Amino acid sequence: MSADAHASHGHDDAHGHGHDDGRDHGSFKSYMTGFILSVILTAIPFWLVMTGAIENKNWTIAIVVAFAMVQIVVHMIYFLHMNTTSDAGWTMMALIFTVIVVVIALSGSLWVMYHLNVNMMPVHDMRNMP
Amino acid sequence: MSAPIQTISGAAPIFYVVDEHDHPPGGSTMLGFWLYLMSDCLIFAMLFATFGVLGTSYAAGPGPKDLFDLKLVAINTAMLLFSSITYGFAMLEMMKGRVKSTQMWLAITGLFGLAFLCIELYEFHHMIHEGAGPWRSAFLSSFFTLVGTHGLHVTFGIIWLVTLMVQVAKFGLIEANQRRLMCLSMFWHFLDVVWIGVFTFVYLMGVLR
Repeated sequence: MSADAHASHGHDDAHGHGHDDGRDHGSFKSYMTGFILSVILTAIPFWLVMTGAIENKNWTIAIVVAFAMVQIVVHMIYFLHMNTTSDAGWTMMALIFTVIVVVIALSGSLWVMYHLNVNMMPVHDMRNMP
Repeated sequence: MSAPIQTISGAAPIFYVVDEHDHPPGGSTMLGFWLYLMSDCLIFAMLFATFGVLGTSYAAGPGPKDLFDLKLVAINTAMLLFSSITYGFAMLEMMKGRVKSTQMWLAITGLFGLAFLCIELYEFHHMIHEGAGPWRSAFLSSFFTLVGTHGLHVTFGIIWLVTLMVQVAKFGLIEANQRRLMCLSMFWHFLDVVWIGVFTFVYLMGVLR
């Protein structure tokens, strides 16, 4: 970067590309890594559920959810190219904010509605009906 | 917009930085699009929450075990995953400036997306044919809303993809088209991320329940 007036703005626009803001566009290798990891992380949960390899259902659910979480992170890194430097970290900030809101909304809804169901439902249990 | 306000000293106050450096056109598009995706993520989060709450209210109707065919869902998931990697290849070719192979990978991506949609529509049609439409129970209402919203996103993604293929065919891989392709790339991969949630929480956990 040349020592022109732009330097004072702390903005690295020297390449002349509109999209060069610390973004990572990925390579063949990174895409393939993401793809292979995704295939493995998808195949194992489907296999676990379809064959019932684990007797305990709660364990199966826990493993399936754990695989989904890992796969979401894999997609974020290898396909969506998330990093802490693109757009001076603002994409990461937006993501963190969204994740916080999502966690609050999901856990809050499930928690409140579960207790409503438990405390206010009529005595008979609909889940056991055919 | 308004006349400059005179200060007491007589000098016009400066309301903006006069010597602003150039922002290249579309320089903030990617961040803006990312913010859109995050808001979209909130829509899906609410639909997931709704499904989480209503997902066991069968109203004495059919449940996930009666309705879901995991083999079909697995094929669907594979379609979306394949379309993700082929879009990635399209992006790599775009970076190298190869118009033809970019178009080819985009077309393959579109076909995988279309296959995904067809399988999903078949599944919906099958369920509705069996009387398990969205009106049957709260579980099915929330199921069709969540999965249908995802399917609508894929539909619009395919329309967008075709539009961009026409754009690239007409104007080549100019900077604006590259930017648009990158936005669609984020959109497409984002839909795949949402699908991870769908197949895990709706299909797999539904069948386990």
